[in-house]
Parts: sequence; C-alpha cells; structure tokens
Amino acid sequence: MNLLGLYHYWVFAVLLMIGFYAVVAKTNLIKKLIGLSIFQAAVFLLYITMGKISGGTAPILQKDVTDAIFSNPLPQVLILTAIVVGISTTALGLGIVVRIKEEYGSIDEQDIQEIDRQ
Amino acid sequence: MTALDAHLPALQVVVPLLIAPLVTLLRPRGLAWAAATATSLLTFLIALALAAGALAGETQGYELGAWSRPYGIELDVNSFGAMLLLVLTGGSSFALLAGKPSLDQQIEPGRQPLFLSAWLLVLAGLSGILVSADAFNIFVFMEISSLATYILVGGGPDRRALPAVFKYLMMGTIGATFYLIGVGLIYMMTGTLNLADIQLRIQDVADLRPVLVAAGFITVGLGLKAAVFPLHVWLPNAYTFTPHAGTVFLAACATKVSLYVLLSFDFVVFQQNLMGHEAQFAAFLMPLAVMGILVASAVALFESNIKRLLAFSSVAQVGYMLLGASTVSLLGLTASLAHMFNHALAKGALFLAVMCLAMRLPSLELDDLAGAAKRMPWTMTAFVIGGLSLIGVPGTAGFISKWYLISASMELGGAGWLLVAVIVTGSLMAVAYIWRIVEVAWFRQAGPEQPEIREAPVLMLAVTWVAALGNIYFGLDPSLQIKLAADGARMLLGGLP
Repeated sequence: MNLLGLYHYWVFAVLLMIGFYAVVAKTNLIKKLIGLSIFQAAVFLLYITMGKISGGTAPILQKDVTDAIFSNPLPQVLILTAIVVGISTTALGLGIVVRIKEEYGSIDEQDIQEIDRQ
Repeated sequence: MTALDAHLPALQVVVPLLIAPLVTLLRPRGLAWAAATATSLLTFLIALALAAGALAGETQGYELGAWSRPYGIELDVNSFGAMLLLVLTGGSSFALLAGKPSLDQQIEPGRQPLFLSAWLLVLAGLSGILVSADAFNIFVFMEISSLATYILVGGGPDRRALPAVFKYLMMGTIGATFYLIGVGLIYMMTGTLNLADIQLRIQDVADLRPVLVAAGFITVGLGLKAAVFPLHVWLPNAYTFTPHAGTVFLAACATKVSLYVLLSFDFVVFQQNLMGHEAQFAAFLMPLAVMGILVASAVALFESNIKRLLAFSSVAQVGYMLLGASTVSLLGLTASLAHMFNHALAKGALFLAVMCLAMRLPSLELDDLAGAAKRMPWTMTAFVIGGLSLIGVPGTAGFISKWYLISASMELGGAGWLLVAVIVTGSLMAVAYIWRIVEVAWFRQAGPEQPEIREAPVLMLAVTWVAALGNIYFGLDPSLQIKLAADGARMLLGGLP
C-alpha cells in the first residue's frame, strides 16, 4: 500500500486536526477564528485533490489534440463557492470579535465568562 | 397547472432572496417592516400552493434553466419539505406581523432595515434547503441561512448575545464543514451531487470505507446544526439573547430544517444502500434522543429565565423528533414529522406570548412574572394554551404527536415500553416547568414597587391568539399535518417517489 502516494489526504487530515484543535483548545477568540479558517482550508484541499488526475490538464479543447486527459473542473468550481462562504464566515466572526472587544474590553473567552458571571 | 405554478419551487427561494437587499434601502420608518412582512406573507402563499400540490400527490420538481440532471441543478418539493415550508414561512409571517412593536423596542430605527434584510436571507436560505435536491446546494443555502441567523441573534441590545453568537458561529461552521466533508467523499465515490442520482449510484460503492465515513460526517455535522443532545450547547444562549421576534422565528423552524436534511440523507441516500444502516442509525441516535429528552427537560426545571427555559425545552423536543425517527418505522417517522409541525405551533405560540410579556415586563426572569396574569390575562391564557400543547394534553396539537410517538414505541415490543416511559417522564417534566411559570404568573402577588403594566399591543396579541387557537384546531383536526407527515414518511422509507 502506497501510503505516501496519498500524501494530499494526509495533509488534509493533519490540517483539519490542527484547525479543530485550535478551535477547541484556544481561549483567544481570534486564535479560534484562525483555527476555523485552517479547518475550512483543509476541506478545500480535499475537494481540489479529488479532481486532479495525474497528467491531467485544464479541460479546454485544443486544436489537433485528441488524447488529452482532463482534470475534473467541477470540484474547483464547488470550492470556489465554499471559499466565498469561508471568507464571509471569517469576516462576520471578526466583526463579532470587534463588537465583543468594544463591549467587554477583552477577547479572551475566560475573561468574558468571568465578566458575565458578575 | 398554469405557467406560474410550475415556477413555484424556484420562486419560494428567489422572492425573499431578491427582496432582501432592497429592504436595506427602505430607510423611512416602518417601510422596511412592511416590505419584509409582505414578502413573508407572499412566501407563505407560495408554500400553501406547494403544500396543496403535495397533498394532491403531484411531484413538484423544477429544473433550473431547463437543464436536466445530471448536468443541471434540480429543485424538488416533497410532502416533508412542503410541510416544513408551511412551518417556516408561517413562523416568519407570524413573527413579523406581531413583532413590529417589539422590534421598535429592541432595535433602533436606523438598523431595522438591515436586521429585516438578514431576516429575509434566513427565510430564503432555509427555504432553499427545503426545495433543493442537490447536496452541494443544500450546503450553500445552509451557509446563507446560518450567516444571516448569526446577524439576527447578535442584533439585540443585550451584550451577552455577542459571546452567544460567536459560539454559535463556531459550532455552526464546524457542523456545516463536516457536512461538506461528507458530501465531498460521496462525490468522490459517486461522481454526482444530485440526491436522486446519489441514491442510484451509491449502491455500487456502498459499504466502502469512504461512504461509511461520509455517513458519519454528515450525521454528526447535521446533528450539530440541529442541536441534537449533546451538541446543543450553542442553542440556549442563542435563543435567549436573540431579539424576541427573532426567537419566535428561529425557535419555530431553524433546527427542524437541519433535521430535514439529516433525515433525507440518512433515509433516502443511506438507508437502502448501507448494510445494517438501520441498526446503526437507531443505536447511535436513540440513546442521544432519550438523554436529550431527559437531561434537557431536567435543566428546564431549574431555569429561572423563561426564554432559556423554553430553549432547553426545545432541545428536549428535538429529542422527541429523533426518537420517532430512530424507530425506523412508518409510524415512528410519521410521529417524528408530525411533531415538527406541532412543536412549531406550540413553541411559536409560547414565544409569541413571551414577546408580549417582554413588551411590558422589566425582564423575563421568573420572579418578575409575579402577578402578570392579573394584568395581562389574554397573554397569559394564550401562553397556557401553548404550554398545554407542549405538554401534549388531549385536544391540542402536541397530543397528536405524542400519541403517534407512543404508538410507534409500543410497536417495538418489550424495549418499546422503556421508550414510552421516557416519553411520559418527559411530558411530566414539561408539566412541571410550564407549571412553574403559571404558578408565578397566576398565584404570586406582584410586589408593590412594580410599575403598572397593561395588555400587549392589540395586533401582537391577536397574532398570538391565532397561533394559540391553531394549536387547538390542529389538535382537533390533525388531518393536514398527519397526511403530509405520513406521505413524507413513506417517501423517506421508500426512497424518492
């Protein structure tokens, strides 16, 4: 079994876990958002990887070339949408962090819980 | 079928989606609210027409741009989807019609158009999930509705909404991304995103590891979005600090739409194709459903804020819906689907009454409710009717779904009696937590320092009463929701029609 030949998928899995760890373990809200972005980026890689065929080229018809192998363009289109979604989520998240900083004077989860408890 | 009828599935989404940005421009006072309410009512009419079509047994598919599958994007409205569209657009219309004074109270006029625009985007996104027949489109609509929901939740005056919405954003995004991973793995194995096509093609690759992993990712991701116990921690605070009108809308529909996707995937796509899926699904979700009912109801018993109390009750109700589905029987699924409709009616009426109370009371803590029934008798009576329906007293809508749930549990034989015990215990706890509110409002004397309070505004009260009477009407004549739910359950168990 060629484990290293599937290294794209290893990158996907490792990135996914790094991002997930940051979301769960960090108390700083900005760091959580960074983790979330890494988490999403890992999924983008998964999609891009599955469309690639070794030796495959862009799916454009060329003159005098009949035996070209095309990579599947659909996952890239899908992930373009997902990237837009990811950016919107990050932007909204950062916006909320700014508001939290204005209201609470801190962006640390524990501080905020402390303030709310009083 | 007239020419327009054929386009209804698309219009259901397009109308609110197009009007949402226009609403932001309507600066003069009240105009944005009028436009949003009119749009919401229009989508309600469309949903009524679609539900009528579903009742008549028509398949209401729609090919965008007349491209057929597998190339084009398909929309498809089945009975289950049509029932939830009714709930969704109805909930939105009720909340908006009644909510004007409450919105004025909680959101300054300058920001109202933006808030209502986000509201319409939630409506468009959730409708999109219900009409879509394409796994990736469901993801996109899910994110449209989620992003707009975060704005609704964070739009209130209470600063505690902000940490709540941040938590919701984190968990919601992780749930949606899990779903995206699952869809990606399925696409990898089948080469299609159309649900009907996936169902056909997955047979050849079923029980290969990527498909099993996909089933896991999709179930957990959607469980997170649907606030399945123990993935519900985002829900109580999010519901509590949302502006009251928004809570009416979200509590009636948001989690149910995620459950729709969960059930569609697990039953339509995986059920017939994965070995032993039935047993795995039941073994995984039934314990969660049972614990959700018991733990969330128990927490509700000790909550002091009535919005938080009702939010925990919502987590318990998600448990009932899952419990019905995890029996994997026609009766159980019918119960589960009908409970979505009935619970939306009950919770809608309860949160509408809470919105009326919030207009006049200084806060929604239980102690501040003392003597409220004397000063706001109409509001509190509507609240009690909603509460009875939530408990499942005969003659209310809640009774119908509890009855079906218990019948479905008894079909299981010996172990089923344990489920019956759980359902009855959950209902008794509901009696207890609703009674706590009733007791304070009716029998405790108000302190002398309390300001004089009067009834809520007339329109608000009228809408609340329509919702409360709806609970009684659909409890006495449940044919509508039972027919739609039974058709939906047959569709889920038999695959796409």
